[in-house]
Amino acid sequence: MNISTVVELLEARLICGDVNQEREFMYGFASDLMSDVLTLDSDNLILITGLTNTQVIRTSEMADIHCVVLVRGKKVSDEMKQLAEENHITLIETPFSMFRTVSILHEAGLKPVY
Amino acid sequence: MEFRYEVEGGNFSRAGHASSAVKKILKQLNVDNRIIKRIVVALYEGEVNVVAHAHKGSILVDIDEQRIEIKIEDEGPGIPDIDLAMQAGYSTASAAVREMGFGAGMGLPNIKKNTDELKIASEVGKGTTLEMITYLQ
Repeated sequence: MNISTVVELLEARLICGDVNQEREFMYGFASDLMSDVLTLDSDNLILITGLTNTQVIRTSEMADIHCVVLVRGKKVSDEMKQLAEENHITLIETPFSMFRTVSILHEAGLKPVY
Repeated sequence: MEFRYEVEGGNFSRAGHASSAVKKILKQLNVDNRIIKRIVVALYEGEVNVVAHAHKGSILVDIDEQRIEIKIEDEGPGIPDIDLAMQAGYSTASAAVREMGFGAGMGLPNIKKNTDELKIASEVGKGTTLEMITYLQ
């Protein structure tokens, strides 16, 4: 799944990153707990979260996560955006709930990690 | 090569600075991406622990061709029972730390998982020292 599909399916807003990038995502992980995100080994993973602070971006940077979807209409702060841009992480805001976001992405082919 | 970073207790907006710097160095050294991920995840967990629990700390990084050695020393409350702290799910983190997305009791077990050698020494009321070694090949 590519970024433009994610944005379209989630009626989302792309905050930073290139909508036409070729990166393909295979897995999804939904969590507001960064401790759990840091235990994952999967590549090509989209992180779906309702947590909005810079540690979401730091966690993604360390865990090699290149796309983060913020759910429930949460807004990305300027600091988050700046940090994400520095680390080439795509940020997406969707008005949908976490459950709805996960259902849509799973139905469209994104797999669970475990 | 040796590097040193200072970590401020309680300052979550800066948490991850040292880990980010080390990641950039390892990338420049062309270390395998999977090994970089293990190293920086362990380091970041350690850095967040200092921010979450201690007054202040320092991170000393020593890299040669074979391995990276990281020493995280903090001045803080210490860990009364290290075996208990190593158990997945055990946590003494405050509500503020949990709001940041941490404090699930996964930090030390995850550091162990992502390092080749780990030593923890702690004195209650004084502080904690973590020494982690990961081989680069």
